[in-house]
Amino acid sequence: MAGHVTLRRIVGPLLLVVLAWLVVEPMVLVGVDAIRVQGSWTIGPVRTFLADPNEWRAAFNSAWLALASVVLGGILGVSLGVFTRLADFPGRRVVSALLALPAVLPPLVGVVAFLFLYGESGIFAHIVMAITHADTPPWRFDGAAAVVLIHVTTMYVYSYLLVRGALATFDPALLEAATALGASRSRAIRTIVLPLLRPAIGNGALLTALSSLASFSAPYVFGGGFRVLPTQIVSTRLNGDIPIAMVETLALVVLAIVALVLASRMGGIGTRGAGKGLAPAPARTGSRRSRFVLGAIAWGVTAWLLLPHLMLLMVSFVERGGWTSTAMPTAWTGANYTSLITDPVQWRPFATSLWMATLAAGVAAALALAVAMVARDPGQRLSRWLEAGLALPWAVPGTVYAIALATMFSVLQPAAGRIVLIGTLWLLPLAYLIRSLPVVGRPLVSAVRALDPALDEAAASLGAGPWRAFGTVILPLLLPVLAGAAALAFVTGLGDFMTSIILYTYDTRPVSLEILGAIRGGEFGEAAAYGVVLTVLSTGAFLLAERSRRNA
Amino acid sequence: MSTVRLESVAKRFGTTTVVAGVSLDVNEGELIALLGPSGSGKTTLLRMIAGFEPVDAGRIVLDGEDVTARSALERRCGMVFQHYALFPHLSVGDNVAYGLASERMPRPAREARTAEVLALVDLRGFESRNVASLSGGQQQRVALARAVAPHPRVLLLDEPLSNLDPSLRERTRRELGELVRRTGITTVLVTHEQEEAFDLADRIAVLHRGVLEQLGTPEDLYQRPATPFVAGFVGRTSELAGTVVGTEGELVRVAAAGGEWLATAKAGTSGAVRLLVRPEAVRLAPSGAITGTVIRRRFAGASAFFTVRVNDREEIEIAAPSAAAKEGDTVRLEPAGGGVHAWLAT
Repeated sequence: MAGHVTLRRIVGPLLLVVLAWLVVEPMVLVGVDAIRVQGSWTIGPVRTFLADPNEWRAAFNSAWLALASVVLGGILGVSLGVFTRLADFPGRRVVSALLALPAVLPPLVGVVAFLFLYGESGIFAHIVMAITHADTPPWRFDGAAAVVLIHVTTMYVYSYLLVRGALATFDPALLEAATALGASRSRAIRTIVLPLLRPAIGNGALLTALSSLASFSAPYVFGGGFRVLPTQIVSTRLNGDIPIAMVETLALVVLAIVALVLASRMGGIGTRGAGKGLAPAPARTGSRRSRFVLGAIAWGVTAWLLLPHLMLLMVSFVERGGWTSTAMPTAWTGANYTSLITDPVQWRPFATSLWMATLAAGVAAALALAVAMVARDPGQRLSRWLEAGLALPWAVPGTVYAIALATMFSVLQPAAGRIVLIGTLWLLPLAYLIRSLPVVGRPLVSAVRALDPALDEAAASLGAGPWRAFGTVILPLLLPVLAGAAALAFVTGLGDFMTSIILYTYDTRPVSLEILGAIRGGEFGEAAAYGVVLTVLSTGAFLLAERSRRNA
Repeated sequence: MSTVRLESVAKRFGTTTVVAGVSLDVNEGELIALLGPSGSGKTTLLRMIAGFEPVDAGRIVLDGEDVTARSALERRCGMVFQHYALFPHLSVGDNVAYGLASERMPRPAREARTAEVLALVDLRGFESRNVASLSGGQQQRVALARAVAPHPRVLLLDEPLSNLDPSLRERTRRELGELVRRTGITTVLVTHEQEEAFDLADRIAVLHRGVLEQLGTPEDLYQRPATPFVAGFVGRTSELAGTVVGTEGELVRVAAAGGEWLATAKAGTSGAVRLLVRPEAVRLAPSGAITGTVIRRRFAGASAFFTVRVNDREEIEIAAPSAAAKEGDTVRLEPAGGGVHAWLAT
């Protein structure tokens, strides 16, 4: 309609400029800073990077870590997704829900949980020491193996959720047709289900690869001598070698692009068939014994994967010094939680994270809503550019964006859109905002496009102008999705560690940095209590987002 | 009440012409049906009247006022959408009152008008109900009440019955017809169901590939089809190849399938023709000149439709008492008079 078209013509380019300023320009500046040293153009930093074996090793480590995480996490996630959908065992629904829990474990919190579990003074080491009467821990939980284990047991959830989602709309008639043609259940899964799950598997692999490339906390805490690009970038920056840090940042971007290209080649025909989109029923296994065996396997794997959560919960009730040389803690307390609220020093990072995450989520949701409304027609070039602008931060590791924003907002060049924000209260919320744009953008764009255009037309035929139609018809219908998307953005900011560690100041020290400080200071109970509260808030936000998605 | 005039209205999507210069007049209080198969341009034409699709060429005139360049908002056409487009977050009453609020009508008057139109569609007391809790037929009536509440100049109905199951459709159609006549609003209805068009419309505009093939009363379309498409699309017909052998008044005598038929035709029609024959235009007769074999019998209650193969290539469908013949029988046929139309063979 005419009003909408005019609005789109004015607001669309404006939004494109805003996205180019926030999302694209910082990345371009990283590229420029890598080849411009003290005012003159040079490829010296690139040469230095290419000539240094340590840099190659870090890049290689990042690449193979991503590959190992994709392969092992993918096998685990896809197997669990197919198993919990198609196998019949007691408690199938509960297991299915529990297996999704790692999705709500904020990055650093998850890593901390592994420390308590598998670390040298973790519960397993204590148990082995108690059994063998040894005085020293039986292993050191560090290096590449530790990072791979953490990645696989936390990142499997991407493949798991996507495969389960794809199977939920899988046409059961396809499986029935295979059965009618004489295929066994396993052959039907191998020849029908898995090939049709290719897009979901591909997307899971991409999410895993990007998460692994961006992963900072696991290599930072457990890496030891095992350097990957994100930790290398932070270390190089701390040493003051900014141009080399920029080249490392670009190398990480190149790896992310390679992952994107490889994943896009995994696309295939979707899982939707001609049926009614009902999930296939789980196979009824004949004997009680086989159901019991399947159930035991499922519950066993679930318990193993959820041990970090349980451990975090347990440690949050441990008194300071209440767990040193025994297999299990000896003294319990709720003080770690009460002090979070009553101690102003402990409450402060929470309050800081809360206001920053709330502000970032609110602005990101408003910006994404405006983009979604303007980009309603997917066929238009402007829509595609706007969508790409919203999605770009998703493909770029958080560390990279942090560096890019620090670069962009460190000088005053108003004509280039550059102002000094570094060292102020506003840079970290801005970083959260940009990082959460894909999280809020995708559901909002989908929801706006799913709205029946006849609703706008009905409003117009009843005399409502574009603003009244938006306020009284479109916005109320989008509110559930908007609330869900904002909740996800809030969680993204609340638990962020990757960008925070680079951009925080004294005034914007967030919870994740407080957790790191507590671990370093031996305050494990306090760190775990922070972690549990973050996890509970994340779970609440995810449940809200899920409910909103269903209501929409 | 208003009039609608379309003057050579045209619309293209890319290289495809969807509406090719359609002109028609809708009189005050008249109900016109736009009838045609899928892709005939009928919905596009309706959306152009509503102001949802810009017009590439031609003019749209409402009540003598050229509204071609006016927005949908300014045209004040009430519309009932195919899927109703009821606002799911608003109650029945709020849906119906939506257009009244646009006119800044005071609340008491708005409530009174809402109650009035809901009573009109037999949904008195439904104001606070959730639209999702209503049946398909009730939703359709709410959509209609919402469209007529603000006293629109024209009522536009886009396949309003297509979402209802067959048992409900007939009853709702009857109610819709009564309601539209009671309100007296000039109405344009889009449908691909000829039965619906015949039942509701004062006149029917038959569209095919964006072209207006014929505008006329249901009787005109059936008895005096202007084009072979209208003859084939409106009602059932069998097609035979024939040759004009003479004239009789305004009719032509055509030899086809071994018999001789009296058919309507354009003046000057001669030589080879296509003959379109309605099922009731031919009957079983022991002394008939046309001989054939019954190859299919379709039961339709008291009567049945028999498909009779009259030669290697041609079949004629006839309507007769259901016990008149069975499949495999050899039968004789003769023209019953009327219902036969001839066009020059192309």
